[in-house]
Amino acid sequence: MSRTMPDRQDREVLSPTLREIAADWSADQEVFRHTHWGKAMMWIFLLSDTFIFSCFLTGYMTMRASAVEPWPNTAEVFALTIGGQSIPLILIAIMTFVLISSSGTMAMAVNFGYRRDKRKTATLMLLTALFGATFVGMQAFEWSKLILEEGVRPWGNPMGAPQFGASFFMITGFHGLHVSCGVILLLIIASKVARGHYDRSGDYSAVEIAGLYWHFVDLVWVFIFAFFYLW
Amino acid sequence: MATTLADDLRPLHHPHSWVTRYVWSQDHKVIAIQYSVTAISIGLVALTLSALMRLQLGFPGVFPAIQPDNYLQFVSMHGMIMVVYLLTALLLGGFGNYLIPLMIGARDMVFPFVNMLSFWFYLLSVIVLVVGFFVPGGPTGAGWTLYPPQAISEGTPGHQWGIATMLVSLAIFVVAFTMGGLNYVTTVLQARTRGMTLMRMPLSVWGIFTASVMGLLAFPALFVAAIMMLFDHFAGTSFFMPMMQSMGRVTPTEGGSPLLFQHLFWFFGHPEVYIVALPAFGIVSDLISVHARRNIFGYRMMVWAITIIGALSFLVWAHHMYVSGMNPYFGFFFATSTLIIAIPTAIKVYNWLLTLWRGDIHLRVPMLFAIAFIFTFIHGGLSGLFLGNVSVDVPLSDTFFVVAHFHMVMGVSPVLVIFGAIYHWYPKITGRMWNETLGKLHFWITFLGAYAIFLPMHYLGILGVPRRYYALGETGFIPESVHLANEWISIAALIVFAGQSLFFVNMIWSLFKGPRADPNPWGAASLEWLTPQTPPAHGNWGAKLPVVYRWAYDYSVPGAPRDFIPQTEPRA
Repeated sequence: MSRTMPDRQDREVLSPTLREIAADWSADQEVFRHTHWGKAMMWIFLLSDTFIFSCFLTGYMTMRASAVEPWPNTAEVFALTIGGQSIPLILIAIMTFVLISSSGTMAMAVNFGYRRDKRKTATLMLLTALFGATFVGMQAFEWSKLILEEGVRPWGNPMGAPQFGASFFMITGFHGLHVSCGVILLLIIASKVARGHYDRSGDYSAVEIAGLYWHFVDLVWVFIFAFFYLW
Repeated sequence: MATTLADDLRPLHHPHSWVTRYVWSQDHKVIAIQYSVTAISIGLVALTLSALMRLQLGFPGVFPAIQPDNYLQFVSMHGMIMVVYLLTALLLGGFGNYLIPLMIGARDMVFPFVNMLSFWFYLLSVIVLVVGFFVPGGPTGAGWTLYPPQAISEGTPGHQWGIATMLVSLAIFVVAFTMGGLNYVTTVLQARTRGMTLMRMPLSVWGIFTASVMGLLAFPALFVAAIMMLFDHFAGTSFFMPMMQSMGRVTPTEGGSPLLFQHLFWFFGHPEVYIVALPAFGIVSDLISVHARRNIFGYRMMVWAITIIGALSFLVWAHHMYVSGMNPYFGFFFATSTLIIAIPTAIKVYNWLLTLWRGDIHLRVPMLFAIAFIFTFIHGGLSGLFLGNVSVDVPLSDTFFVVAHFHMVMGVSPVLVIFGAIYHWYPKITGRMWNETLGKLHFWITFLGAYAIFLPMHYLGILGVPRRYYALGETGFIPESVHLANEWISIAALIVFAGQSLFFVNMIWSLFKGPRADPNPWGAASLEWLTPQTPPAHGNWGAKLPVVYRWAYDYSVPGAPRDFIPQTEPRA
């Protein structure tokens, strides 16, 4: 084969994007060019965290499949009686709406961060944190309702398989912990933004990195919502 | 926080006092030594436990202080400490920390503070682990695999508190590893020096890098399993607990799946084998190449083999579970995927042998250990072929054959590499040279001793001697020769155990009294030997970062003035 052939073939076969990816990975110094170290690290961490939640959810699905007692009907368990009417999954629907909205405000905060707009960035981050705190608050309400009114315990519940309560508390608890950590992280970064810390360092990457984490926590919730509440 | 390394004078954290320099240090080299010393210390505990086990097995009834419960606790703690707290921590936390920045030409890890936290969490996990020895009921005796339901059921030693400290310690270890692993991966990806492409990195870095990625994806399963078992233990959940009779009573648990734990555990457990093996593969490639004065044969193949082994190792976990009661059809898939791993692994072995072929081999102590590794690894790999096949595995399961196999392949082999690596890099780390005679004596005792211990175990296994048994007692199918073999193994083990003191004496004596070492005593081409100071100072490279022009394996190049060309030498 002649020496020029592979090159021309490469050009024909590989799309420009693929060629760029190949160039990045074969370059020196950095694989992800001009990427903040913290951002790269956050992506890798999120990949690892994905495996944690995947293990939780896969474990839950296995248990649900192998439980000997019937699984409680989530539409009934997670219903709220409002004005004498039982509305299935209403609280979860609101919680999901709040959390997804918080992703929207976070995205706007990142956008204003890029524009070095200190006031708007901090405000939107505070709003995001507020949405997050609301979510955790509603989760606390949901937990206390389940524990106090429905009698759901980690070791059993009146509605059916004991694994229901166990996996519910474990998975939503672990997710709630993530949200709470996120709220704290957002508050810290927001206060730094407000005090002009990133204006002095000239680098607003921390906002985006916090945003990555926050979007991830929201994405995970979508899966928990689908697999735990809707199934 | 800098975003690029092009800036040579990136502001580093600067230690101001002895405490921030050597205790709360953010310097990757100090953290590496902290990691290594902690890992080796706890490894000595595990080594002592194995000696106690051998005393019982070789001379049953002679040591009444070792009761059946104690024996099971020794087995469990020995296994878990060796695999997780010694090998993983030493190879990644120790060598990973020391070698990555030096080999890729960085001043430090990308997040020195997180790196420091990683060590302190690791130390905490070790402390919690050690606390397990002193809680009421002693440490867990559930075997290193910690299978429920027995791990948390009455009758198993340490089912009350020992198992709890074990699980908590593992969860903390996972947190510590995650912080370290994120650093190693990000540093390799984003903080290499100019000219250092991924395909110019020494294989040590490739092995450690791939193992770190794997750790970040495999340890989550262990973390989740530990959390769930802690819930089963303390909150009365039934994740892993079926309805069963325990001590004549029906337990309140029902509907849990013990198999689920095994799947989670081995989804971590099998990649863990390669998390330990891949850094060893990488390091041994460098040792062989340097001391044979030849470039590593098939560098690209070696890199691809490392990554392919890493990827495949996530698809083989249930070959540990052929007799667990899972769907037997899984056996077909997992046996197939297991045997496919033999291909990249064999490529690596051939490449090591071909690197040695017609090389200018210097049989110094690190090289002896490296060549010994090839022996033990081929040996352990071949017995793995037996165990990977379902029909052959079923009769061999839970016998001493399994013990012999995994000790050969992931016990002795990585430990030999670790010894080789310590001898190899000791002059750089301490600036002193160790004693050659003591080193060689240590090598021969360790290498021949390992065979004296583990070769007869294959024979015991084929005879059907079960593992984890306190004593064989009056068992009809076990011939008299087994007892003789057990005595032989125990005596050999005790000699090897005692022989390790040569290593420690050599290392500690040389630290103070050893002759000053040359900055590059082996004539190696990779960056870590080219630091302006030996041992490398804070920031590693002085005023300017090195610039790399070639791979790390230019040895015995025809026409070159010396038999190696450093990576920093421009191409003609």
